[in-house]
Amino acid sequence: MKVQLWGTRGSLASPGPETARYGGNTACVEVRGTDGTVLVLDAGTGIRALGAMLAPSVRCVHVLLTHLHMDHIQGLGFFAPLFSADVEVHLWGPTTRTLDLRGQLARYLSPPLFPVHLRDVSLVLHDLPAEPFAVGELTVTAARVCHPGPTVGYRIVSPAGVVVYLPDHEPALGVARFPQAAEWTSGWALARDADLLIHDAQYSREEYADHVGWGHSTIEHAIAFAALARVKRLVTFHHDPSHDDDDVECLTLAATRTAAPPFPVKAGAEGDAFEI
Amino acid sequence: MSQKPIELILTRQLASYLATPVFIVDPDGTLVFYNEPAERILGTRFDETGAMPASEWSTIFVPTDERGGALEPAELPLMVALRERRPAHGTLWIHALDSVPRHIEATAFPLIGQTRELLGAVAIFWEAPG
Repeated sequence: MKVQLWGTRGSLASPGPETARYGGNTACVEVRGTDGTVLVLDAGTGIRALGAMLAPSVRCVHVLLTHLHMDHIQGLGFFAPLFSADVEVHLWGPTTRTLDLRGQLARYLSPPLFPVHLRDVSLVLHDLPAEPFAVGELTVTAARVCHPGPTVGYRIVSPAGVVVYLPDHEPALGVARFPQAAEWTSGWALARDADLLIHDAQYSREEYADHVGWGHSTIEHAIAFAALARVKRLVTFHHDPSHDDDDVECLTLAATRTAAPPFPVKAGAEGDAFEI
Repeated sequence: MSQKPIELILTRQLASYLATPVFIVDPDGTLVFYNEPAERILGTRFDETGAMPASEWSTIFVPTDERGGALEPAELPLMVALRERRPAHGTLWIHALDSVPRHIEATAFPLIGQTRELLGAVAIFWEAPG
């Protein structure tokens, strides 16, 4: 299973020379099974470049949305396969009691926010099921996690291993000393024993004090959560748009040195690729 | 060991911040958490009792009605809320584990998730006059 990062920024795209190393595109991760299955996790601005690079041989793509905040769907209207008769695009996402996925997406993919209406693009929509489902050789489990609004994380299991994607996640919300017991920790069941965990690490400890309840983690929280879940590798994600490359690097290094986890920690950068 | 549903996790975290005594049970009626204000009324800390099955917590405090008659577990507001999936309210006496009888009012409601699954129930309670 191959995992490639196409957008690692959170909240707002932040292109520019000061963010060139880690990238300024918002959340988008590609997962490829050995059988050629293509999953795209979230449709932030990073999905535009992914769509442009997809080989003509790819005839089916499954896009899995964690939630519908703008930084996770803004690239969808610029995803080239949506406008190709040769590619079938499936879109999965969480729903609410009052609006299905189509209804929620149409709020963005329709005038005046977007010139093209959702009904005019070729897309197969799926409300996320409660139970695991198969996409090719990959088994996908979605579960709700601690973040404002209906939000899920994904656990993707292949014959080769497990990757878990929790880009927007605040497991430490309301927890005086994080982490508490695993069974009382949001996202733990999804992340346990993952070969690769991609996790929200937007804030420094100092910044978090003013952002409690915003739905995001500090780098320290991400490392502690990963340790609780006994993952084998952590990639931090959803970098704050105000953090330049040096900030991302220094903050990650400092937090990792302090925590000294038994697994490697890397700040996710656009273009990073991982083999599971 | 399985993770608690996110709704239960967030409810527990909310309860831990409130000055209102709170009980939380899972769909089986197992008492999975009560907060510090509840500890003062019950006369024992959650860390000491841990989770308790319904058969235990619904009897250990010897609940009685206003006339002193024994209350069946099924009559407790929390059990009504869980069983009938609706809010329930009641006034009762309990014998806290510090041997102090306490007159309490309790309001309970079920926790029902977005896909209509029963996730448990919550009760808030406080000491009633008299």
